[in-house]
Amino acid sequence: MSTTALPNDRGVEVRLSFLQSRLHLDGLLLTALLAVTAFGVAVLYSAFGEDWAQTQQHLIRVSIGFLALLLCAQVPPRTLQRWAPWAFAGGLGLLLLVEALGLVAQGAQSWLDLGVTQFQPSEIMKLALPLMVAWLLADQELPPRPRQVLLALGIIGAPAALIALQPDLGTAVLVTASGLFVLFLAGLGWRWILGGLALAGATAPLLWFFVMRDYQRERVLTFLHPESEPLGAGYHLIQSKIALGSGGLFGKGWLNGSQAHLEFIPERHTDFVLAVVGEEFGLIGIAQLLAAYLLIVGRGLYIAAVAQDNFGRLLAGGIALTFFAYVLINAGMVSGLLPVVGLPLPLVSYGGSSLVTIMVGFGMLMAIHTHRRLWS
Amino acid sequence: MRRSTRDQDQDAARIRRRLAVAGALCLIAVAGLMAQMVRLQVVHHDHYATLSLENRIEVNAIPPSRGRIYDRNGTVLAENRPSYQLLATPERIPDLEATLDRVAGLIELTEAQRERFRARVEEARHFEAITLRTQLDEQEVAKLAVHRHRLPGLEVDARLVRHYPHGKTASHPLGHVGRMTAEELRHLDRGAYRGTRYIGKSGVEGAYEAALHGEPGMARVETNAAGRVLQTLERRPPRSGDDLTLTLDLELQEVAERALGDRSGAVIALRPDNGAVLAMASRPRYDPNMFVEGMSRERFQALEAGGWQPLINRAIRGTYPPASTIKPFVGLAALEHDVIEPGSEVYCNGEYAIDGREEPFRCWREGGHGHTDYTEAMAQSCNVFFYDTADRLGIDRMSAFLEPFGFGAATGIELDGERSGILPSRAWKRRNLGGSWYRGETLINGIGLGYFSATPLQLARATATLANRGRVIEPNLVREGDAGARARPTAAGGEADGAGIELDEPDDWETTIRAMRAAVEHPQGTARLIGQDLPYKLAGKTGTAQLAEIEHQAEAQEAAERLRSHALFLGFAPVADPEIVVVVVVEHAEGGGGAAAAPAARAVTDAWLLDDHSFLEQLEAGRIDDSEVEDVEQGPRGGTP
Repeated sequence: MSTTALPNDRGVEVRLSFLQSRLHLDGLLLTALLAVTAFGVAVLYSAFGEDWAQTQQHLIRVSIGFLALLLCAQVPPRTLQRWAPWAFAGGLGLLLLVEALGLVAQGAQSWLDLGVTQFQPSEIMKLALPLMVAWLLADQELPPRPRQVLLALGIIGAPAALIALQPDLGTAVLVTASGLFVLFLAGLGWRWILGGLALAGATAPLLWFFVMRDYQRERVLTFLHPESEPLGAGYHLIQSKIALGSGGLFGKGWLNGSQAHLEFIPERHTDFVLAVVGEEFGLIGIAQLLAAYLLIVGRGLYIAAVAQDNFGRLLAGGIALTFFAYVLINAGMVSGLLPVVGLPLPLVSYGGSSLVTIMVGFGMLMAIHTHRRLWS
Repeated sequence: MRRSTRDQDQDAARIRRRLAVAGALCLIAVAGLMAQMVRLQVVHHDHYATLSLENRIEVNAIPPSRGRIYDRNGTVLAENRPSYQLLATPERIPDLEATLDRVAGLIELTEAQRERFRARVEEARHFEAITLRTQLDEQEVAKLAVHRHRLPGLEVDARLVRHYPHGKTASHPLGHVGRMTAEELRHLDRGAYRGTRYIGKSGVEGAYEAALHGEPGMARVETNAAGRVLQTLERRPPRSGDDLTLTLDLELQEVAERALGDRSGAVIALRPDNGAVLAMASRPRYDPNMFVEGMSRERFQALEAGGWQPLINRAIRGTYPPASTIKPFVGLAALEHDVIEPGSEVYCNGEYAIDGREEPFRCWREGGHGHTDYTEAMAQSCNVFFYDTADRLGIDRMSAFLEPFGFGAATGIELDGERSGILPSRAWKRRNLGGSWYRGETLINGIGLGYFSATPLQLARATATLANRGRVIEPNLVREGDAGARARPTAAGGEADGAGIELDEPDDWETTIRAMRAAVEHPQGTARLIGQDLPYKLAGKTGTAQLAEIEHQAEAQEAAERLRSHALFLGFAPVADPEIVVVVVVEHAEGGGGAAAAPAARAVTDAWLLDDHSFLEQLEAGRIDDSEVEDVEQGPRGGTP
């Protein structure tokens, strides 16, 4: 394999493999992504009740995802940095548009119909927000000063509030987290962090009584007492736990999960796909999948650590941590550690636009890693 | 503003510290997750495994009951009957073969049925209930109920299955339901078809599938470990499919099918005023109940044997050369364009020669018809008269005039798979065969042969236009205003209904219809066989579509059945105020249109107008003597260009 030697910012050589220098791909990350998506296809085939046609649909989406990754990896981080404010402004505009259309249609609205396809503007925000916050903080003195922090919090709050209004609580939480992660990496003072946590604890009752909708409250109650309503809202969680628990150490085997095939597990090909993994592949399967996720996140954090400028570091770190939050929220929800908020399991769940968003994010990560050059 | 390298280094170090903290938090979070997983999957595994095994809540689909189909008088043509079948879920049966042996000890279970069951198990999804036996009788159901504790994983399923009480009658317009194929499943809304095993395949059953099917309901039920239902917790009832009322008259349909006898062919009867199809017969027939009970290989082979294709609805899918039955329409075109006058005469010496062709075109009667006017030419189906007429009319005026009658276009009736036939024209030939149009082709197509083809239903539509003196109707099979009726886009377009053909000289309609009456009433008329003692006025036209060159009558008797000509008849009655249009096509008939097709048509008109079945009975008894009708009016001998 040919390598290109470049001195890094400390004058030490940066070695880029052929894959990295020509295709701008990171071999390790790509391998891990391919492994997890391939495993996901197998799990979905089972979750779909061995329906090959629907599995093919998923395969097409996975292919589109990898294509998006390949394209995004070619964009130099400097270009991303230039586009960041525009991407954010565009995403915010679309969110407002959706909100306005929702008012007209008098109901929950998160889709924008493009004629050919539908897409959720909130998906754009998952990447546009960390881009924007990284752009804001990259050329400033670190750690950020209070004025910068307040500005960043405003930038995070606006889209998060619009998404929460749709109402899409899961995505709102995720988008907020993606912005906060960048702020955290930029060296936000611990006093800010502790103060923020205290404030969140204090406002929770206000949220409960004035902001949350009935079904959201119901989900939290169900999370606290799932057995109180075995046929209603608690049904998801009970069946999901039965599926995981009955899988045991080694699982019931691929295509042999009775919970999955008898359709006890609701949303078994989207939000609750991890329950199918647990039932059919057992603890071993779950551990392997989580290890693969950790490998992906770890590689992302490493890419952030060796990035050559603040923008690259903050963005790479933010993307990696957002991905982790995705996994954590979903796995926590399926195993009964967190309330049901309706987020898919990244790279495994069936669902087009979020898969593409995630792949675009990894494309950016790879771009940050492979466009490193001689420090000028 | 660039900041110093030193600041950059400080920033990098600061961010790396935070990255390390974040990484550590990630590890802690995953450790927490794994702890929960261990708790669920290892510590409490036994508890959850038991719960899973005894998972008590199942959501079952309740299939909707399919809409019934009635004829115009409310007689049931398709209904649903309860039927019991034995289902088995292999994943829930400890020892499959032993259980099958036990079942075989209780009820009849042949080796072939077991074999088919094993094949289905191979193809089925996991945990799917698979049919082991169908059509259990009450006694068998009782025996299985007594021994149910010894038969885990087996259940008797009562469901409604389609039943066609009249068997083979009206099988083609009605169509049939059959088991869903994997291919069909792929194109269906799976939610709407949960719990449904049968789907409309053809006829009205197929075309109105969406309306007939209905919407499934669901039941949340509590079951025991063997999957047996203990109690229903919640139930959303299904919405039954819509009932359909057809325009068919079952009694007339039976008459039409009997009138064809054992011959293959088709009969269409419809009302000219509104296009309501009263009878749509196609022979050979099949019993649609066969598809419901499950078609064994032998039965299917028996159906296919002989190559007569009983599943084809010849009334809409059979395309035949209209032959001489086109003559009223061509004659009308010639009258309209003043190519002929009602009194014009042509001398028929049995031959018609045109420049550039050595071999003349021939009339079917050797020696010719002599001096022939329009009425005689129609009554005796003189080819020479119509060669001359078509030649002077020309192909362009002919095809332009015939088009609004619906030739060359599907009628748009509410059935799938209708064919549109061919209306020959210069443009059609250029598009489909290439090359220019020859004068000789005009002559051949002018007597309904050559490229010309039409379905019996198309001929009926054209005849209805004639009977209506120009008003065009759309044939329809499902009564309008029914809940299930849906608007179907028609080939003729919505404007066809109520649209009309205006002639410069409206009297030309009567002239042509008079000529068609002569075919029935004239002592030399080709359809004179049905003109005897006819208590009402009937206008008709016979046709014989020669398929192969047959030089002598004697040989025709011995010729292979499939080389014999098709016999056609179209007509309507009563002439003054038409109530019924009839088209008969008999494939490979013994005898021409006058002998083989016309009597079937009269059996239908007698039954509809007079409720008189005596002609049909005579026909079935073979007492209609057609030896008098000497004509096998054929196309031109000497080959077609």
